[in-house]
Amino acid sequence: MAGTVLRRRLTWQVAKVSAVTTETASVRTITLDVPDWPGHQAGQHLDIRLTDEDGYVAERSYSIASAPGERVAITVEWLEDGEVSPYLTDELRTGDDLELRGPIGGYFTWEPGDGGPLLLLYSSRTLDDVIYRAEFDQPACGVEVIHTLTRHQPPGWAGYARRVDVALLAEAPWPAAEMPLAYACGPTSFVETASQALVQTGYPPERVKTERFGATGGT
Amino acid sequence: MEALDGNAIGGLLLEVFGTEMTDAPTVCGNCGDARPVAELVVYLRAPGTIVRCRTCDSVLMAFVTVHDRMCVDLQGLAILG
Repeated sequence: MAGTVLRRRLTWQVAKVSAVTTETASVRTITLDVPDWPGHQAGQHLDIRLTDEDGYVAERSYSIASAPGERVAITVEWLEDGEVSPYLTDELRTGDDLELRGPIGGYFTWEPGDGGPLLLLYSSRTLDDVIYRAEFDQPACGVEVIHTLTRHQPPGWAGYARRVDVALLAEAPWPAAEMPLAYACGPTSFVETASQALVQTGYPPERVKTERFGATGGT
Repeated sequence: MEALDGNAIGGLLLEVFGTEMTDAPTVCGNCGDARPVAELVVYLRAPGTIVRCRTCDSVLMAFVTVHDRMCVDLQGLAILG
């Protein structure tokens, strides 16, 4: 249509795997070369589409694991009975093609202009399950990381050792009076528990942003 | 099947509407509950994609693909965007 400004529509495109990095026994980070990538914000995700030889299609969403300005990466956990994750964690190799669309999301996002400092409360089963551990052991200036290990703690563990609940959220994160903005993401049941508990400790509901990953993962 | 939320249909909505929609405001046509798309309850394989009100559980949106053609039903919403 002459004279019509065509907006860039989000479409599927083929990316190339540029690196596969082992994070934990069951978690890989897949770095991607995406030819037509407009840049992304912290908190956005992308959709991956796998097509079987017989035409069967499976789609999944993955949070973007790299910082804005860095090469696109996703971090994938291998799931028993998973339809997509075993392929991504076990079979995908550097140089392989991968179909994706993104970046997606304008609600569960954070920009430097939203302010800081930043606090991450990270619930894992065991210390070996902690993803990005080296990075979190030496967090950047203005970033604090608090771990809770719900299943097994190493000898001398000084961090939290229980599930995220009202008692933990009343103690670990910043008090509601300081008007923090909270982002809760993870398995659906975890997000329901954490977001409701934050509201119970005084966070206004509109200051608690949520993103539910379904039944995957776990704590 | 465990419910997701409206973040999970960000890509689908971008395909349908051509713009980012997860932060778009909605109002339930049944109970009047107002919240952004991202906070709605989403079932991805119902079959089709079904979006429900977090307060009254009414069906707000439904997306079904048949022979490469997507059918979109927004009748449950009083307001979108």
